[in-house]
Amino acid sequence: MEEAARGSLLDIESLEAAELLTLLRSARRMNPLRPRPLLRGKRVVLLFYESSTRTRSSFEIAAKSLGAQTVLVQASGSSIEKGESLLDTGDTLRAVGADVIVIRHPSSGAARVMAAHLDIPVINAGDGMHEHPTQALLDAYTILQHKKSLKGLQVAIIGDIVHSRVARSDCHLLSKLGAKVVLCGPPELAPDLAATIAPGVRVTRHLEDALRGTDVVMLLRVQKERLAGLKIDLNQYIVRYQMTLARLKLARRDAIVMHPGPINRGLELAGDVADCPQARILEQVRNGVPVRMAVLARALGK
Amino acid sequence: MAHLKSKSGSLLIKGGHLVDPAAGVNALMDVLLRDGQVAEVAAPGKIKGGADEKFDARGLMVAPGFIDLHVHLREPGQSHKETIVSGTAAAAAGGFTSVCTMPNTVPVVDTVEWVVWLQSPERGAIVNVFPVAAATRGSQGVQLSDFRGLQSAGAVAVTDDGKPILDDNIMREALRLGGELNLPVVQHAEDTRVTEGRPMQEGANSFRMGLRGQTAAAEASIVERDVHLAQQFPNARLHVAHLSASDSLKAVRRGKKNRVRVTCEVTPHHFALTDEDIRDYDANYKMNPPLRSASDREALLVALADGTVDAIATDHAPHALHEKEMEFERAASGITGLETALGLAITRLHKQHGIPIARILELFTAGPARVFNLQGRGTLARGSVADVTIFDPKKKWTFEAAKSLSLSKNTPFDGWVLTGKVMATILGGRVVWRG
Ligand SMILES: [Zn+2]
Repeated sequence: MEEAARGSLLDIESLEAAELLTLLRSARRMNPLRPRPLLRGKRVVLLFYESSTRTRSSFEIAAKSLGAQTVLVQASGSSIEKGESLLDTGDTLRAVGADVIVIRHPSSGAARVMAAHLDIPVINAGDGMHEHPTQALLDAYTILQHKKSLKGLQVAIIGDIVHSRVARSDCHLLSKLGAKVVLCGPPELAPDLAATIAPGVRVTRHLEDALRGTDVVMLLRVQKERLAGLKIDLNQYIVRYQMTLARLKLARRDAIVMHPGPINRGLELAGDVADCPQARILEQVRNGVPVRMAVLARALGK
Repeated sequence: MAHLKSKSGSLLIKGGHLVDPAAGVNALMDVLLRDGQVAEVAAPGKIKGGADEKFDARGLMVAPGFIDLHVHLREPGQSHKETIVSGTAAAAAGGFTSVCTMPNTVPVVDTVEWVVWLQSPERGAIVNVFPVAAATRGSQGVQLSDFRGLQSAGAVAVTDDGKPILDDNIMREALRLGGELNLPVVQHAEDTRVTEGRPMQEGANSFRMGLRGQTAAAEASIVERDVHLAQQFPNARLHVAHLSASDSLKAVRRGKKNRVRVTCEVTPHHFALTDEDIRDYDANYKMNPPLRSASDREALLVALADGTVDAIATDHAPHALHEKEMEFERAASGITGLETALGLAITRLHKQHGIPIARILELFTAGPARVFNLQGRGTLARGSVADVTIFDPKKKWTFEAAKSLSLSKNTPFDGWVLTGKVMATILGGRVVWRG
């Protein structure tokens, strides 16, 4: 396989801690309210094979805040729907003048395969169940607005781990920056294998175990259809794993609550948890923009 | 098989180290080939009389021509991946003088006409091609094909390879009828009801990559069932293709102990790699069965050494670049393997794991000849077919996929340094490839 072009961001796993810290530092200098024309004249193609409101709009605003033009290409209603291959689409977008491609794709590894084929940077905006690196960066950015450092923190990630690209990226990033990660859920959603993903990651079945002494409570979306497919009783799940205000008291008093969205009130979290003072869910969304500005600027060497 | 013209005349292979496991020979010997047959085997310098040609094999090993029970030559219908000409050229370069070609082509080889077509001299095969025909019509798994007719036309076995014969009754019938005809039924053992959408082995790497994993039980459960079915017919011959899982070996061992006529083959990629080797979503690491766990690989190494495994077969599965360079879960399964098989076997099985060369050669010659009843092949005993592979067991070389003779370059072994290189491939007394 060919190397990806410089500036690509395909995953967190292959980045070193220093690079992550540089990106986070760069993000702190970015502000969508004070646009900087670092990418004036550049074309950022947003290639979305899956619909996504927050990631897409966040990248779009980030790119525009840096003075770039954006072009949205969606799978439906395009040549992709007519069976064009991933690499042919990449070649086409390169030929029309894309300077960077931001790709969201339902298959794990799609961003890597495209990046290996192209000589322009590719940014992974979520590939299958694999990684969602900009989400992990904005999660770290958000945590660091409330905690001095990630080193020594305990982060509990609760819910559907196995199908989550956010969980994988978060595990890599938190591990590299010295946090301890506790993954929590039933074996079908949080398999023991998950602990092998990075150093400092463990799995527990017990919510109390995950919450006790934790600094960050990160909840993941749990889909009803998925529980049904895995023959997990919905009510049982709620009884054992739903985050409630009472349970949140088990965590450290200054713990923050995060969620990559979209949230399912009444499933992975009780409605009042989403609105409680410890919740940082909308802040995460807001932080996505400066983080993606930093990622786009890095992609084009700025 | 194709009636390739054997050279009238004679060729004396002098000074080589002959390893003929079927004949129990492992010593310096000269071999005289005459009129397409082995005329004489004798201690160095003891063969009297002249020969039209001589081959100086000093420092080299001389073995019966290798036999590959499992290749996909892609004709008819998929000549953008491989042709009989290119596939058999790659076979010759890998030391194979006989290849058994799988029927999952377009159309499926399920008729006498296609079996004959595959063997026609017009195909231009460079080595012997033995067709394996479809076990069921169109390999749909519903209605058995005409075993008797296919066998008379030259099919050496039947299979629905590419997919399994899942239906219990169809598999039972295939084994029963195959048994009557002494025709092996080759099973691609995969319970496709549980592997759908699972492109690799379940493990730490599948979790890390975010790919759904399948377990080895998907293979072993079918092998267990098949051994059980084969046991019901004393003459039935079950051959397990590309066996990859530790638990499948247990079923094969149990069968062999209970006098079931069950045989199995293992591919070089399954003894050389594990699921942990898959990187960067490179589909050159995607095959079916998938690369298994380290413990499965360990079990294969034991079984290759102890005699449980009957043959090394490549499952040579060429695919065009555009069929591989895509999303991992959508990419075609399979890799090329003819030119790397011997090097991988010597490098990994012999040098790394101490399996004797003679045992390795048994897996390339006598073993596969026995599995598919290839009379007069797999040995260089006097009177047998003059198919010979001559190789240098110590020579180090670098495999370059770009220089492969196969039309396709889909291999994870590009750039590997291997020990053991084919120096000449002789078919019916005629040198068809020289290294
Ligand atoms: Zn197969």
